[in-house]
Amino acid sequence: MTVMVSADRIRKSYGRLPVLNGVSLEIKAGEVCCLLGPSGAGKSTFLRCVNHLESVDGGQLIVDGEIIGYRERAGKLFEMRGQDIARQRASIGMVFQHFNLYPHMTAEQNVSLAQVAVHKKGKAEARFRSRELLERVGLGSKAGKYPRQLSGGEQQRVAIARALAISPKLILFDEPTSALDPELVGEVLETIRAVAAEGITMMVVTHEIGFAREVADRVVFMDGGVVVEQGPPSQVLDAPAHPRTRAFLERVL
Amino acid sequence: MSSERSTDLAPQMKPGNIAALPETRRVVALRHPGRWASAVVVIGFLLWFANVLVTTEAFEWDVVSSYLFNPLVLNGVLQTLEMTAIVLVIGMVAGTIIAIMRLSPNVVLHSVAHFYQWFFRGTPPLVQLIFWFNLASVFPRFELTLFDHTFFSISTNTIMTPFVSALLGLGLPLSAYYSEIVRAGILAVDEGQWEAASAYALTPFQTLRHIVLPQAMRVIIPPTGNEAIGTLKFTSLATIVSFTELLHTVSTIYNTNFQTIPLLIVAALWYLFLTSVLSIGQYFLEQRFAKGSKRAVKQPLISKFWSNVLGQVKTA
Ligand SMILES: Nc1ncnc2c1ncn2[C@@H]1O[C@H](COP(=O)(O)OP(=O)(O)OP(=O)(O)O)[C@@H](O)[C@H]1O
Ligand SMILES: [Mg+2]
Repeated sequence: MTVMVSADRIRKSYGRLPVLNGVSLEIKAGEVCCLLGPSGAGKSTFLRCVNHLESVDGGQLIVDGEIIGYRERAGKLFEMRGQDIARQRASIGMVFQHFNLYPHMTAEQNVSLAQVAVHKKGKAEARFRSRELLERVGLGSKAGKYPRQLSGGEQQRVAIARALAISPKLILFDEPTSALDPELVGEVLETIRAVAAEGITMMVVTHEIGFAREVADRVVFMDGGVVVEQGPPSQVLDAPAHPRTRAFLERVL
Repeated sequence: MSSERSTDLAPQMKPGNIAALPETRRVVALRHPGRWASAVVVIGFLLWFANVLVTTEAFEWDVVSSYLFNPLVLNGVLQTLEMTAIVLVIGMVAGTIIAIMRLSPNVVLHSVAHFYQWFFRGTPPLVQLIFWFNLASVFPRFELTLFDHTFFSISTNTIMTPFVSALLGLGLPLSAYYSEIVRAGILAVDEGQWEAASAYALTPFQTLRHIVLPQAMRVIIPPTGNEAIGTLKFTSLATIVSFTELLHTVSTIYNTNFQTIPLLIVAALWYLFLTSVLSIGQYFLEQRFAKGSKRAVKQPLISKFWSNVLGQVKTA
């Protein structure tokens, strides 16, 4: 299997606060990788480095064979121009904790926008695909609704359809269910599970241990800006080797 | 008192159905004697005011009505409208550009925009207007000369007509004000929107156009209505450079026939009419950009009135 994401000693600080202290990680194509860890561990920051929403201070990130956000020349890494970064991002979907849907657009327009503006699809074709995707996340009848007319779970499912619409090779999820009422968590996890079953590579930051155990091919436990432990869920979740992992799991379970 | 109303209860509320439900009681809305008293006072005041309007000879309503649709006056109205429209376009386009420049991470763009705002907001429009009109005394000619070849050369006075100097004198300060309105609107849009847009590879321009500006519009439009109305009134400043807008037109007329007050009333009535039309426009714009929002836009009374009038004209 080919490698989809490879992070090599990623470092990043905000001012003088070090947040990532050398994160190394490899995710194969088609794998679902769940990132766990206590608050402030740097999970979101790492995820945002993967599509260069954050620049890195050191190390390198490769997605599908390309260094993200930088170009290598004469042994140095030069930050890319906006349009090159945009080209790389065009095949990476992202689902946010607070959905970040466009509130002035209907569900269908939300799903269509990037298809038309970035991927240069015709309007009719984009609309057709958007309907199809909304159907797939169980919102076929809500295509004309504005985000505010939808429940949190429905909004997040629209956001997942928006991510699928660009035919991504990788989807990043940052705590997709943390902002939801408990009774809505299930429907969103169910949707993510269905996407995972199709073989799209996914990185999911989550606090849902049960979901990670069931869906993840690999569980990565982060703390203090480093990967403390990683492996298949049966190993990391059921027989953690590291005391910090054990302490964390005891707290959340 | 309450027992006689118990027959109104819905079937499931009948005492037999659910035991020990409290019986309904008659409700009496809060009375507002103060409102009545103040209404009487205000109505009395209005009657007195109407009486003054009708009986004061100096208003000369017959003169007002004979000049209201005078061709010269109508032409003045047209010129005022034209100037308002162009000044608004200049102000809004330049203002939006300045706002975007001020939000730019580029220090040069940012500083230039800041300087522009500082200068054009800090000097009175009237001073700027007179300055532009007298530009010829600073630069008598505009010339472009390269390698001893003059591409064009034009007298400044040919360019700086009263119309153009008024456009600049009103349009540039408006753009400086307007840029702050646009900037506030852009800043009011949730940062997550920028984040989502850049994660989905939209260019900064596409992000502004499809995502940020449409949302900023909700914040931008109400003060834009104010600025439009202000601009309409400020066009009267152009009378100083003899541009034949509404005020200049009526003052030319009253300088010959000395009917100063009635002609000023003519001008005031037209200004009132035009500003009312603008506020209707504002209502429709607000509605258009309220898409996806829970809070519906309430139609203001004055615009309700005018759209009723317009509706009746249309159906007639
Ligand atoms: N834009 C920023 N500026 C400064 N500090 C930041 C910024 N974003 C995050 N941080 C800090 O970086 C650290 C890691 O943040 P991050 O959001 O990556 O943690 P996390 O693992 O996602 O935690 P959580 O589970 O709470 O989301 C935190 O201490 C946070 O305060
Ligand atoms: Mg986080």
